[in-house]
Amino acid sequence: MTRFLASRLLQALVVLLLMSFVITVLMTLMPGDPVDMMLAGNPRATPADAARLKALYGLDKPLLDRYWHWLQAALMGDFGFSRLYAQPVLTILLPRLGNTLLLLGAAMALTLAVALPLGVYAARRPYGWADNAINLFCFAGISVPAFWLALLLILLFAVELQWLPASGLGPVGGEGWWERLPYLVLPVASLTLASIGGYTRYVRAAMMGELRQDYIRTARAKGLGEGRVVWRHALRNATIPIVTIVALEFGALFSGALVTETMFAWPGMGKLIYDSIMGNDLNVALVALLFATLTTLAGNLLADAAYAGLDPRISFKGDGA
Amino acid sequence: MQTGLARTGIAALTLAAALIGTPALAAKDELVIGMTQFPSNWHPSMEAMMAKSYVLSMARRPFTAYDPDWRLTCLLCTELPALDKGTAEVETRADGKKGIKVTYTINPKATWGDGTPVTTEDVLFTWTVGKHPQSGYSNFDLFARDIVAIDAKDERTFTIHRDKAVCSYAEINDFEVLPAHLERAVFEADPATYRNRSKYETDTTNPGLWFGPYRIAQVEPGSHVVLEPNPTWWGAKPAFKRVIVKSIENTAALEANLLAGQVDMVPGETGLPLDQVLAFEKRHGSRYNVFYKPGLFFEHVELNLDNPALADVRVRRALLHAIDREAISKQLYDGRQPVAHNEISPLDRVHAPGYPTYAFDPALAGRLLDEAGWSERRAGVRHNAKGERLSLEIMTTAGNRSREVLQQVLQAQWRQAGIEVRIVNEPARVLFGETLEKRRFKSMALFAWISAPENIPRTILHSSMIPTEANNWAGQNYTGYRNPEMDKVLEDLEHVCEPDANRALWAKLQTLYARDLPNLPLFFRADPFILPPWLEGVVPTGHLDSSTLWIETWKAKE
Repeated sequence: MTRFLASRLLQALVVLLLMSFVITVLMTLMPGDPVDMMLAGNPRATPADAARLKALYGLDKPLLDRYWHWLQAALMGDFGFSRLYAQPVLTILLPRLGNTLLLLGAAMALTLAVALPLGVYAARRPYGWADNAINLFCFAGISVPAFWLALLLILLFAVELQWLPASGLGPVGGEGWWERLPYLVLPVASLTLASIGGYTRYVRAAMMGELRQDYIRTARAKGLGEGRVVWRHALRNATIPIVTIVALEFGALFSGALVTETMFAWPGMGKLIYDSIMGNDLNVALVALLFATLTTLAGNLLADAAYAGLDPRISFKGDGA
Repeated sequence: MQTGLARTGIAALTLAAALIGTPALAAKDELVIGMTQFPSNWHPSMEAMMAKSYVLSMARRPFTAYDPDWRLTCLLCTELPALDKGTAEVETRADGKKGIKVTYTINPKATWGDGTPVTTEDVLFTWTVGKHPQSGYSNFDLFARDIVAIDAKDERTFTIHRDKAVCSYAEINDFEVLPAHLERAVFEADPATYRNRSKYETDTTNPGLWFGPYRIAQVEPGSHVVLEPNPTWWGAKPAFKRVIVKSIENTAALEANLLAGQVDMVPGETGLPLDQVLAFEKRHGSRYNVFYKPGLFFEHVELNLDNPALADVRVRRALLHAIDREAISKQLYDGRQPVAHNEISPLDRVHAPGYPTYAFDPALAGRLLDEAGWSERRAGVRHNAKGERLSLEIMTTAGNRSREVLQQVLQAQWRQAGIEVRIVNEPARVLFGETLEKRRFKSMALFAWISAPENIPRTILHSSMIPTEANNWAGQNYTGYRNPEMDKVLEDLEHVCEPDANRALWAKLQTLYARDLPNLPLFFRADPFILPPWLEGVVPTGHLDSSTLWIETWKAKE
């Protein structure tokens, strides 16, 4: 296990290093120099001004020099300043990360809480009217564009019924979680409705596969209750592919949900990454994208670890057994 | 079971919503403004951004600004300097060059939010920061080249010595004074990192940074800004206990917030696009005050005059005669966006009618094209004697729905005249950051110029402003327009200030422009404002100086 973890950690470091370099190269190759963009609104700016500012931001140095300089500082824990926000990168990033974690974490939890029982229910009564209704609901959820769903929810619950706030993190000056809770309802509902369908279909398919297995027939023959057979035995094995999907989705927790965040004016990571790329804010884009990479890697590692917990036959011993 | 679950779920949601309560409608002593952008930083001179300018105009005042009538006015000073009053005086500098010195007096009541008076010490410090090569100021030109020296006469009065004796000597709109008592230590510690360590970024809610009718009291990055009345403000008492500026980037969501009552108003400066407001007004106009302010956004088609077809002025004129701008304005913009016949807006004091205009006249367009040698039509497209097709490309910013629709209309109307136009769009950062800047567009590009009242269009019309590799792509004369007569007019306009002579120069500039057509004028963009019926006092400016510079006049109707 220790060897496995060490090797995965080493792989992660190599991936992060490569990613940081690739992001730097791609951001540098993008059209539109950040200084030129900054001076676009100032027709009186001269080439000398541009050169002065480029030197100030280190943009006059070769790409490899800039990357090396960034890497050295990053290894010391200094991720630099955002060119757009004039703030340390982590000062901008961490609050947004918190916002995104809250939003996507709540949506993920709610999605699983609904999709698991729904998928199991559909798998136990396949091709019946309930299964068909669930399938219809799932495909509707998968097919509906995120921005349209978000807008529909806003129009219904905020504009027409006036039950819930349409956007934002919370009331101005409101710090308590109970004051912020209503602001979370619509964006979470929007994300949940969009992802329930996919998860329900996965659970249904996995459960249908497991319920046809011999060991399930054996368990039933031994006189175990149906609830125990389904929830303790079948679901445990059916969860393995679900865990993989959840783990892959875990990375998205840190890269945010751009459409939902934009529609509900929720300042999160998705919006930050988008703005930093469009605004050529290299330091922010680098760290934010590396965070997303890191969490995807961590998610995969957690998934591997979860397999062992769910299925004792899975082992990390690399002995070919 | 399923039905029961669903019922329980809906009931729980309803109960939760009821317990939580509905979002309170804004009281009349609070104003909530919805915008599509959020200011990325707060230093008044670091990066120009409309959203930032809009918010900061509530909490600061520049020395001078253009008012809603497009006249230069004093906001932080007591009186505009003038040659006839002796507060402006042409001078000969040591190097023999003619300059001008202008004297301002800071409003004696002007005080920073922490009670510290605004003094000439602040002015001198601001100049020191602005001209420092490492400060990161984008309007470096004003501080390092235009302002040669500043003499402090006393606590409140100072004289600026300007490099050139320009006619616009009284205007120092970009001189955003800084509080020396707060910023000096930060700047002097390390000028190179001042941009990131300024208290405007690290301590934004510090009252001492602000001296407008309101001051910034809370910032939720990316979400909202809260402004509260500034007790040290010296002007008319602002009416609202709180002004909240919310950022909702998606325009559909912003509209929904407006309808839900969570936003009171959407300003024209950085709000909803015109087509969306036109549709909104049809549906909800009775509940709001919707109005449109034509301004200085000059929508036009930039032409690359190095293109052999476009180098011929007859083709350029034909292009303009072939499009029905009046009908387009009526159909697409409900007539709210006036047709532009020149680069200078008719609202500008220096506008001088009498130049040639180009009405929709397909027959004349045809004759001009025939004269230019594009006389033979094959499959609806004109060809010249060499058999070359009159085929052009038009570019604009991809994703800008309004421009893309306009582009298609133009394409269709030019097609009627036998001109084939292909649409090739690019993302804004590619179009502006690369294609236009390096003159890589083949023939036409549709976009807008923004200027200020009485702005001399030197950067876009002077031949020295054609971007080339040799000048490191400096200048915005993307068309490649070269006319010594125009160059002379642009140069003279800077220093020929005698009113009649100055007016004659402006008239000549407009005539030359209309005669040569270096680009195709389309419309002056109108900024749409959506205000609640209970709000009064908002006066849109139509130019770069925000309406919030006069926010102390905004109030709820009695």
